[in-house]
Amino acid sequence: MSPSLVLIQLLSGLAHAMVLFLIASGLSLIFGVTRIVNFAHGSFYMLAAYLTYTLAATLPLGAAAFYVAVLLAAASVGLAGLGVEVALLRRVYRAPELYQLLLTFALVLVVADVVKLFWGSENLTGPAAPGLAGSVEIAGQLFPTYDLALIGLGPLVAAGLWWLFYRTRWGVLIRAATQDREMVAVLGVDQARLFTSVFVLGSFLAGLGGALQVPRQALTNVMDASIITEAFVVVVVGGMGSVPGALLAAALIGVIDAFGVLVLPRASLVVPFVVMAVVLIVRPWGLLGRPEVQQRTAGGAIVTAGTVRVPPRWLAAVLAALIAVPPFLPTFHVWVLVEILAFALFAASLHLLMGTGGMVSFGHAASFGLGAYGAALLVTWTKAPMLLAFAAAPLAAAVGAALYGYFCVRLSSIYFAMLTLAFAQIAFAIVHQWYDVTGGDNGLLGIWPAAWLAGPLAYYYLALTACGGGIALLARIGRAPFGLTLRAARDHARRAETVGINIRLHQWTAFVVAGFFGGVAGGTFAFLKGSVFPNLLAVPMSVEPLVMVLLGGVQAPAGAPVGAAIYKLLDTVATRYTEYWQLVLGAILILLVLAFPRGILGVVGDRRA
Amino acid sequence: MGDVMLELRQVHAYYGRSHVLYGVDLAAREGEVVSLLGRNGAGKTTTLRAIVGLVDVTGGEILYAGRSLRGLPTHEISRAGIGLVPEDRRIFGDLTVVENLEVGERPGGPWTLERVFALFPKLRELAGRRGASLSGGEQQMLTIARTLMTCPRLLLLDEPSEGLAPVVVRALAENIAALKGSGLTILLSEQNVKFARRLADRAYIIEKGQIKFEGPFARLDADLSLRRAYLSV
Repeated sequence: MSPSLVLIQLLSGLAHAMVLFLIASGLSLIFGVTRIVNFAHGSFYMLAAYLTYTLAATLPLGAAAFYVAVLLAAASVGLAGLGVEVALLRRVYRAPELYQLLLTFALVLVVADVVKLFWGSENLTGPAAPGLAGSVEIAGQLFPTYDLALIGLGPLVAAGLWWLFYRTRWGVLIRAATQDREMVAVLGVDQARLFTSVFVLGSFLAGLGGALQVPRQALTNVMDASIITEAFVVVVVGGMGSVPGALLAAALIGVIDAFGVLVLPRASLVVPFVVMAVVLIVRPWGLLGRPEVQQRTAGGAIVTAGTVRVPPRWLAAVLAALIAVPPFLPTFHVWVLVEILAFALFAASLHLLMGTGGMVSFGHAASFGLGAYGAALLVTWTKAPMLLAFAAAPLAAAVGAALYGYFCVRLSSIYFAMLTLAFAQIAFAIVHQWYDVTGGDNGLLGIWPAAWLAGPLAYYYLALTACGGGIALLARIGRAPFGLTLRAARDHARRAETVGINIRLHQWTAFVVAGFFGGVAGGTFAFLKGSVFPNLLAVPMSVEPLVMVLLGGVQAPAGAPVGAAIYKLLDTVATRYTEYWQLVLGAILILLVLAFPRGILGVVGDRRA
Repeated sequence: MGDVMLELRQVHAYYGRSHVLYGVDLAAREGEVVSLLGRNGAGKTTTLRAIVGLVDVTGGEILYAGRSLRGLPTHEISRAGIGLVPEDRRIFGDLTVVENLEVGERPGGPWTLERVFALFPKLRELAGRRGASLSGGEQQMLTIARTLMTCPRLLLLDEPSEGLAPVVVRALAENIAALKGSGLTILLSEQNVKFARRLADRAYIIEKGQIKFEGPFARLDADLSLRRAYLSV
C-alpha cells in the first residue's frame, strides 16, 4: 500500500467516523441519562435521511435547499423524539427498564414500514451537497470535498457538545443524572423534563447524522439496521454514557473499518465486532466508561417481583390440547405450531439467562444458529442420519456457548449484552463468509427429517417431545437449587459471593445450558424448514426471543412460551394479510407494552396477588 | 416551638415486596431538631426515604405543613422545602465540588455558594476538585452543603456521623448546631446516641419498622432497659 493510499484511506475512515460519532454520541447520551437502550435510534437516522432527500428536492431555495433540508430534517427528527418520549416512553418509565427497550424495538418496526410506505423500497440516490460536490487532490489522489468537510464538522460538533456539557447548567444536570438519577431528583430536578430534553437532543444528533449521510450513500430501507449495530459498537467501545469515549471509539472503528475493507475484504463485516470483543475483554466498561455506581446486573432492574406461577391444572390442559388437537388441524396450522414450539423453547432458554440469571443477552441467536448449522453441516458433509444430526444440534450450540460464555460472564448489564452480540455477530460473519463449508448466503439446503418423521404430524410430535420436554426441563432447572443460586447472584452479587457461591461458574453453566436448549430449538427449526441460512444468526434473531420473553413477562417462567406463541401468531397473521406487517406488528407491540408494562403474565400475576 | 411542620401518621412502606415500615408515627415542629434512633435495619433510612417519595408508601399519611406528600414525585417534595442528605452521601464523583453544589441551586433563595462556603470553609478550597477525590469527611460536608443549596425548610439527615473520625464528627456537630441556630427544622437519623443528644430536642426510637419510644433524652437516659432493648449492639 502506497503512503498516499494509506492517507486517503485514513481520511475516508475519519469521514465515516464523524457520521458515526454524531449518531453514537446521541445514543450514548440517551442511554447514560435515561438507561434506555434505544433501538429506534437507527430509525431516526434513516427517517432524517429520507426527509432530507425529499426536502432538498422540494424546497425552492436553490443551492441553500440542501443545507436547510439537513437542518429541518434533523430538527423534525428531534421533534419526533419529543413525541415518542412524551407520548410513549414516559408512560413506562416506572416499568422495568427492558420494557422501554421493547417499546423502542416496536418503533423500529413501525418506522421501517412508514419509510417503505412513503418512499418505496427502491434505493434512492440523494443530491450532492452544493459547493462541496467535487473532489480535491491530496497527495496525488482525489478525495471527495464533502468528506473533507465532514472531517472538519465532526470536531466542531464535539466542541459544541463539550461546551454544552461542561459550561451550562443543563450539562451539569445531565452529567449528574448520568451518575445518579435518584439523587438528582432528591435535589429537586424534574427528571421527566431532563429525560425529554436528552431524548430530543439525542434524536436530533441521530437525525443530523442521517441527513449528512445523504450525499455519501444511497438511501435504503435497511440503513436503520446497519447503523444501529455499528453505533452500539461505538458506544460500547467508548464506554456507555461517555461522549468523549464515543468520539474516540468512532474514530477507531471508522479507521479500522476503512483499512479492514482493504486488507481483509471478506472479514470486513466482523472487524468492528472483533474490536468490540477485544476491548470489552480487556476493559469491561469500554475505553472511557466508568463502572456503574450501583453494581447490579441488568436483571436486577427487570425482575423486581417474585415469580408468577401458572397453576398445574392449566399446564395439564394446555399439554392435553397440544397432544390431542393437531390431528384435526390443517397442515399449515401444524407447521405454524411446530415453529411456535421451536421459538417457545428458544425464548425459554433465553429466559433462563434473562429472568432467572439476570443476564440479558443480545446474542442468543448464536445458540439457535449454531444448533441449526451444527445439524445441517453434519447432514451435508457426513450424510449423518437425521436423528444423530438432530441430537448434535444442542451439543454444537453448547460447545459454542461454553467458548464465548467464558468471556461474557465476566461482564455485567449492558456490557454483557453487547459482548454476547459481538460473539453472535462473529459467528454470523463466519457462517456468512465461509462459502466452501457453510455455503455463505446461499445457505445449506436439503436438511430434511428422516422419512418416517417427515409428515407434518410425525414431525410435530417430535418437536413437541423435544421442545416441550426442553421447556419442562428449563422450568425444573429454574426451581432447582441451581436456579435459586442463579437468582441469588442476580439479586445481590456481592452477598451471594460472600456466602461462598462461585457466581461466574454458575452463570457460565447457565450460559451453556441456555445455549444447549437454544440449540435444540435451532435443530428443530432447521429440519422444519429443510434449510439453514446465515440470518438464523443475525441480529433480528437475537431480538425476537428477547421480545417474546418480555412480552410474556420476565418474572414468569411460563411467560417465554406465552410470549413466543403470541408473537409468532401475530407475525404469521400480519404477514399473511398485509405487506406492511411490520407496521401492524409494531403497533400491536406498542399497545401491548402500554397495556401490560410488566409482560402479560407479570401483570396477570400482579392482579391475582 | 412553632407549628407542626412534618407529621407521619401510621405510615406503611414496602421495598419491592418486603414490608419495611409498619405504621410509623412521627412529628417535628418548626425549628425543632428531632432524632430518630435505632439499630441497623430498624427502618430509619426507609422512613426518611418514604418522606421524600423514594419508597412506595402503601398506607398512612405524610403531612408537610398540613399538605399531603403521598404520591408526589420526589423533585416536587424537594421543591416544597424538604431536603434529604442521604446516608451513603451520593456525591456526583465526576462533577467538581462547585458543580455538585450547582445541581440543586435555587437562585433567589436564602442559600448561595457564598453562604455554603461560609459554613464549610474547607469546601471553598476544594471548589475545583472532583467529588470522587474527596475524603469521607469532606464528602459528608459536601453532601450537606449540596442539599442546603436547595434551600430546605426541613432537613432530613441520615446518619451523618457514620464512618467519620471523632474529630470530624465534632466539627460536623458544630455545623449542624449552627444550622439549628439558624432556625432550620431537622430530622436526624442516628445510631450514635451521644452525637444525637448533643443536637436534638427529642428522640424517637424505631425498631422493626415501628416507633417504640418517643420523648426527651432525659427519659431515655433514665431507662436502661429501653436502651438495652433497642439501641445497644
